[in-house]
Amino acid sequence: MKEEIIIAGFGGQGVLSMGKILAYSGVMQDMEVSWMPSYGPEMRGGTANVTVILSDESISSPILHEFDTAIILNQQSLDKFESMVRPGGLLIYDGNGITHHPTRKDISIYRVDATVEAARMKSAKTFNMIILGAYLKLHDLVKMENVLKGLKKSLPERHHHLIPLNEKAITRGGEIVKKI
Amino acid sequence: MRELKLMKGNEAIAEAAVRYGVDGYFGYPITPQSEVMETLMLMKPWETTGMVVLQAESEVASINMLYGGAGSGKRVMTSSSSPGVSLMQEGISYIAGAELPCVIVNVVRGGPGLGTIQPSQSDYFQAVKGGGHGDYKLIVLAPASVQEMADFIGLAFELAFKYRNPAMILSDGVIGQMMEKVEFDEYRKRWTEEELIKNNPWAATGKTPDRERNVITSLHLQAVDQEKLNHKLQAKYREIEKSEVRYETYMCDDAEYLIVAFGSSARISKKSVELARTKGIKVGLLRPITLFPFPYREIDAYSEQIKGILTVEMNAGQMVEDVRLAVSGKVKVEHFGRMGGMVSSPDEVEEALEQKIIGG
Repeated sequence: MKEEIIIAGFGGQGVLSMGKILAYSGVMQDMEVSWMPSYGPEMRGGTANVTVILSDESISSPILHEFDTAIILNQQSLDKFESMVRPGGLLIYDGNGITHHPTRKDISIYRVDATVEAARMKSAKTFNMIILGAYLKLHDLVKMENVLKGLKKSLPERHHHLIPLNEKAITRGGEIVKKI
Repeated sequence: MRELKLMKGNEAIAEAAVRYGVDGYFGYPITPQSEVMETLMLMKPWETTGMVVLQAESEVASINMLYGGAGSGKRVMTSSSSPGVSLMQEGISYIAGAELPCVIVNVVRGGPGLGTIQPSQSDYFQAVKGGGHGDYKLIVLAPASVQEMADFIGLAFELAFKYRNPAMILSDGVIGQMMEKVEFDEYRKRWTEEELIKNNPWAATGKTPDRERNVITSLHLQAVDQEKLNHKLQAKYREIEKSEVRYETYMCDDAEYLIVAFGSSARISKKSVELARTKGIKVGLLRPITLFPFPYREIDAYSEQIKGILTVEMNAGQMVEDVRLAVSGKVKVEHFGRMGGMVSSPDEVEEALEQKIIGG
């Protein structure tokens, strides 16, 4: 089993931390993992992306030219990465601010309106966990218990009281994701 | 029991240094390696192992603090990225001339000049051909994973003290910034003063009545003496070349073509090898782990078997010169690489292999 994922959006949306939680979840499941950020002068409002690989075998390249799954959180990232999803792969996107929607017919496309839902949950910070929940619903690569363990590992202890809220957001993401 | 963690290559450098029993880290922040000192500051090793962590006023100061620490027999290190390592070259030359052990980590970014903060391997020449003045060599290790970032701290110190020579870990922004699983050894104690004096009889630890004074210097005003030192250094480098070559091969047994790549380019090329193999192209990967000493003979050993070599480096073609030297014209050698902080993708490398080596 091997899953190559790109998560891309604006800085400040929790792109890197979502990738980190996925990577930690993989570690909890005894998988090999790699997490490669597009580090640089990115900041809140700029673009940010991270490549996460989870695999039962050792991982060769942390840099990829095609992906099994693209998790897309803004228009620029959709324009850039839609074509890089492998045929038969998965594309999940947040509909907020998207004017040119994905058009490919050879991949599964799902939409999750996480920005709207996060506002409804009165916590903008739940946004990336709603997205993660949608992904986990579609792809049971890592078990929920391991995701929670991963969440615990990647959150500083002073934020551990937020874990129940994050869990709720993950569940919600699974409920509201819809196929396009 | 080895301890498993998920962390960045830069963080692994810091964690491994504390666990290995390093006495002092002196550095100045620069992207993409600032996490090394940040992690050390968070770990506060001065409260546990007694390791000194100091942010110097500049890279020039850092390297000269290494000079002093190494002269007194301490295990000392610094880390920086390309422009910072350029600033250190004078000090590195002095340390090599004074035959002192220390470890310098270069998490390379694109150049020349202030360049970019994105990954590059364009400091290969500087690292292996002597970036400073005079005839000297660094022992150069090229990690290709976060695990090797951790493991090579210990290896670099062992080699540095064995040969009384500065060692460099030549990494890049990819390996520095990526997170992977990494296992660590248990914490080791730093040398006690007695151990340090016993292990390093050459060090400036204070003169005792039973021995001559130890002088740490790279200045020999008499040319005769300076030549003597040069002969000694050269003999040492020949010994290192004989004993310390390290490399790794992947799918080379039946290979008709070879990719030679180090560090993150080797990781990317490994995937390119897998891609090419699915197309029926028999290609293998040879990854030099030590860049000095370079695996000349080990590469040449494939000359009879293969039809061509592609070197993959994130630069304009530097290690390719050493690979050409290795096979001295017996096999066609071409270079492929992105520059200035751009990173090759596995399919680009595979395509380059087909175009430059197989088709060309």
